Amino acid sequence: MSSFPLLTIIIFLPLVGAAALFFVKEQQARWVALGVTLADFALSLPLWFWFDSTTAQMQFTERASWITSPAINYALGLDGISLPMVLLTTFLTPFCVGISWRAIESRVPLFMASLLIMETAMLGVFAALDFVLFYVFWEAMLIPMYLLIGVWGGPNRVYAAVKFFLYTLVGSVLLLAAIIVLFFKGGHTFDILLLGKGEFTPALQSWLFWAFFAAFAVKVPMFPFHTWLPDAHVEAPTAGSVILASVLLKMGAYGFLRFTLPMLPDATVAFTPIIIALSVIAILYGAYMALAQADLKKLIAYSSVSHMGFVTLGIFALNTQGIEGAILQMVNHGITTGALFLCVGIIYERTHSRLISDNCGLTGPMPRYATFLVVFSLSSIGLPGTNSFVGEFLVLAGTFFWSKPVAALASLGIILAAAYMLWMVQRVAFGQRSEQAGHGTIRLPDLNLREMALLAPLLVLVFWIGLVPNQVLTPMHASVANLLDQLDQQEAAFARTPRATPDAVASITDHVSPVTHQP
Amino acid sequence: MTLPAADILAILPELIVMGAACLILVLDPITPVSRKEWLAWIGLGALAVCAGVTASQMGVRVMAFSDLVIIDPYASFWKLLLYLVSGLTILLSLAYLKEEAMHLAEYYGFLLLSLVGMMVMVSAADLLTIYLGTELMSLSLYVLAGIKRAEGRSLEASAKYFVLGAFSSGILLYGISLLFGITGSTRLSAITAAVHTRSLDDPTLLLALILLVVGFGFKIAAVPFHMWTPDVYEGSPTSVTAFMAVAAKAASFGAFMRVFLEGLGGLKANWHGLFLIVCVATLILGNVVAIVQTNIKRMLAYSSIAHAGYALIGVVVAGHATASSEIRSLGLSSVMLYLAIYSFMTLGAFAVVALLRKGGLEGEEIEDYTGLAKRQPVAAFLMLVFMVSLAGIPPTAGFIGKFYLFMGAVRAGLTWLAVVALLFAAVSAYYYLRVVMVMYMREPEASVTVLPRLLVSPPLAIVLACALAGVGFFGLYPDPLVALAQHAILALK
Repeated sequence: MSSFPLLTIIIFLPLVGAAALFFVKEQQARWVALGVTLADFALSLPLWFWFDSTTAQMQFTERASWITSPAINYALGLDGISLPMVLLTTFLTPFCVGISWRAIESRVPLFMASLLIMETAMLGVFAALDFVLFYVFWEAMLIPMYLLIGVWGGPNRVYAAVKFFLYTLVGSVLLLAAIIVLFFKGGHTFDILLLGKGEFTPALQSWLFWAFFAAFAVKVPMFPFHTWLPDAHVEAPTAGSVILASVLLKMGAYGFLRFTLPMLPDATVAFTPIIIALSVIAILYGAYMALAQADLKKLIAYSSVSHMGFVTLGIFALNTQGIEGAILQMVNHGITTGALFLCVGIIYERTHSRLISDNCGLTGPMPRYATFLVVFSLSSIGLPGTNSFVGEFLVLAGTFFWSKPVAALASLGIILAAAYMLWMVQRVAFGQRSEQAGHGTIRLPDLNLREMALLAPLLVLVFWIGLVPNQVLTPMHASVANLLDQLDQQEAAFARTPRATPDAVASITDHVSPVTHQP
Repeated sequence: MTLPAADILAILPELIVMGAACLILVLDPITPVSRKEWLAWIGLGALAVCAGVTASQMGVRVMAFSDLVIIDPYASFWKLLLYLVSGLTILLSLAYLKEEAMHLAEYYGFLLLSLVGMMVMVSAADLLTIYLGTELMSLSLYVLAGIKRAEGRSLEASAKYFVLGAFSSGILLYGISLLFGITGSTRLSAITAAVHTRSLDDPTLLLALILLVVGFGFKIAAVPFHMWTPDVYEGSPTSVTAFMAVAAKAASFGAFMRVFLEGLGGLKANWHGLFLIVCVATLILGNVVAIVQTNIKRMLAYSSIAHAGYALIGVVVAGHATASSEIRSLGLSSVMLYLAIYSFMTLGAFAVVALLRKGGLEGEEIEDYTGLAKRQPVAAFLMLVFMVSLAGIPPTAGFIGKFYLFMGAVRAGLTWLAVVALLFAAVSAYYYLRVVMVMYMREPEASVTVLPRLLVSPPLAIVLACALAGVGFFGLYPDPLVALAQHAILALK
C-alpha cells in the first residue's frame, strides 16, 4: 500500500477536475465539480480507516525529489494532527459546491474551478512534509480565494478581496524568509520532520517565532490581525465564507502546531504568555463584537474570531488536553460555523438580505430551517451533547492547568457566546416578523431536498462528535503526545516557573478588563 | 594579417545574425510590401542556426581575437536566452506590425543588429568590445523606438532615449578610459590583475568605478538612472518595448556582472556597499511608483525597474565581501535564473498587451481591461498568470526566481535585504493584482462589448504559448533551468 500514491491522488484530483471545467458548459460544470469533490471525499475515507492511531509516525508517506539544488522534496504524509484537517477539507468542499448550485449564476466554470483549486491547495498544505512544498500550497491558495471573494462577492467585494490578499501575503512573505533562514541554520534541509528535531539558539528562535507568527496569526486570525476577516466573510459568496471559516482559518492554527511548537520550543515557551493574552482578548473581544452585529454573516465572522481564540489558547496551553481540545475545536468550528454560514446563505437566497432585522420570525414559514439553525447555534455555544462542548471543555481544562484565572476569563467567552447566539436565534427563529420590510412580496419556501441534504450530514456530525468524541480524539493521541515530548526534550527548562504565571495573568487582566467590564 | 579560422568559428553566431540582418536590409527594397513578412522568417531561421551553434559551444571556453572575445558557458547561456527572446519578439512583431499596418522590413534588420550588439556584450573580454556591443545595441534600439514615424510619442521616446543613452554611453566610455589610464589595459584579465593590489584610496580609480556604475546602471535601468524607462517604454511600439525590457536588460546584466565580478572583482569590498544602496533604492522606487500608474506599459516599465532591483540582489550576494565560492555561484546563478524567468513572464505580459491593441482603440490604459474576463476569457487568464508570476506567487516561475535570489541573500547573511525585498514583493502584488481585479471583478462597459472577437494570429499564439509554458513549467519543475544556470556561471577566482 505504501507504493500507492493515495495522498497525491486525493490532492490533485480536484486540480484535474478544475482543468476539465474549462471544457464544459455551465450546468455541466456544477455536476463535474460535485462529482469530483464527492469522489475526492470517498477517496479520503480510507485514510480514516487505514490510519494507525498507535503511532506518531507519518503515514501514507510519499517522497520524491522535486528540486535538486537546494534539495526540495515532494514529500507528503499524515499524522494525527493533519488527518482530521484533510478529512474536514474533503468533507466540506462538496457542501461548498452544493450551496453554490443556485446562488452562483455567472461564470460557473470559473467559480467551480477556483473552488477545486482551493481544495487542492488546502489539502496540500495539510499533507506537505517539505517546508517549501508547504509554502507553495499555502500561497497558491491566495489567487483562487481572491477571485472567489472578488468576482462573486457582495457590493464591497473588491475592497474585501484586496484586503484579504494583502494581509495574508504580507504575513506569508515573512514566513518565506523564516523558511530560508531555517534551511541554512537547520542543516540545509527543508524537511519538516528534520527541522522539528533541529536545535536553534534562543535568539534565532525568537526572530523566527515572530516571522511564523506573522503568517499564522493573520490566517487564524488572532487579535489584532483579524480585521480582514469580517470584511472577507461578509463580502464572500456563501461557499467562500464556508471555505474561509471551515478550512482556511485552520491553516494558521495548524501552522502553529506543525512548525512553531516543534521547531521553536524555547521561543514558544517564552512567548506563551503573550499568545495566551492575545487569545483571551480574541475570545472576549470577538464575542463582544458579535453581540453588536446586525448582519448575520458579520456576527458569525466575529464568533469565529472568538472560537479561534479558544483554538490558539488550547495550543499554547502546551498540554495534552489543551492541544487535543484545540484540534478537536478546529474540526468542530469547521463543521458548526460552516453549517451556520450555509444557513445564512440559504436564507440570503430567499430574502436577499443578511440583516437580522430582515430575517425575523422564520419558524412560521420555515420550520425545518429554524430547527437546523437552532441546533447549529446551540452547537456553536457549546451545549453538552454537541461537538463544541467537548472541544471547549478540553481547551478550558488544559488552560486550567496553565493558569486558573486565565481559564476563568476564557470561560466568560462561552457565556458571551450564549448571549449573542441565543439572542440571534431568538430574533431570527422566534422573532416578530416585521411588516414594513415588505416581506409580503418575498416567498419563504422551507428547505428543499438539496438544502436538507446539505445540512443533515453536518447535523449528524455535530452529535456524533458530541456524543462519541473519542472516535475523533483517538487518532490524535499519539501525535499530540509526540509533539509534547518534542517540546519537553528540547526545552529543558520547560517546567513553568511559578513566578511567570502571575505576571502573565496580570498583563492579561490589564488588557482585558476594559473589554469585559463594558457589557 | 589573416584571421585564424578558430577566431571566426568563435564568433560564428554573431556573424550569422549580422549576415541575416544585412540580407534583410538588402532584400527590403526589392521585396513587395505584401511579402515583407517573409524577411522576418530569415531572421528566425538565422536564430535557429545560431541556437544550434551556441548550444554546441556550451561546454567550450576559448578566447578569440587576441583576448577581445571570450566564449564560455556564461556567454553561451546569455546568448541562448537572447536568441529565444529575440525569436519570440520577432513573432510578436509579426502580429503587432500587421495590426499597426507597418510593413517595414528594416524593423527586423535593426532588431537583429541590436541582437548582435547584445551578443558581443555578453561574450566580450575587453571593455572596448563591451562598449562596441552596447553602442550597436543602443543605436539600433533608438531607431526601433522611433519606428512608428507617424506617431509623436514614438518619436519622443526615440529622441529621449537617444539623448540620455548617448550621454550614458559617454559616461561609460569615460570610465573605461580612466580605467585604462590606471591599469594600462582594457582587457578584463589585465584589469583584474592590476586592480587586485589597489584600493579605492586612489581617487581616479574611485571615479572610474562610479562612472562605470552610472553607465551600466543606465542600461539596466537601476535607480537613480532609471528616468528614461517609463517614457521610452510607453512611447515605443509594444513589441520594441518588450524587446528592450527583456533582451536589453538581460544582455546588460550579462556584461555588467562580467565587468564587476570578474574585472573589478578585486574591488568588491568597495563597490559592494554602493550596489546595496542602488539595489534597495531600485526595489523601493520601482515598486512604489508602479502603484500609481494607469498606463499598463508605464506600469510594466516600473515593474521592470523593480525586477532589475531583484536581480541586483543576486549581484550584491555574489559581490559580498566575505562571499565564499558557494555564495558567489548561488548569487550569480540566481541572477541568471531570474532574468530567464523574468523574460518569459514579461514577454508574455507584453504579448497580451499587443494582442489587445486593436488599431489604437484599447489596450494601453489599465482601465481598458475592464471586464476583460467576460469578453476575452483566454486573454484574461493569460494575463492573470503573467501578473501572478510577476508578483512572485507560487506555483509560477516568478516564485522560483525570487526564491533563489532570497536563498542567496540569506546565505550571504543579508537576511534583512531578503525581508525588505519580500515586503516589496507584497507591495508589487498590489499593482499586479489590480490588473487582475480590473479584468475579473468589473463588468465590461456596454460600449466596449460590441468590439469584434480577437483573432489571434498564429505567431502571437506561439509567443503566448511559449511564455505560458515557460512560466508554468519552470514554476513546477525548475531543475533544468537551475542546472543550466549553475553550470554556466562565471569562472571566478
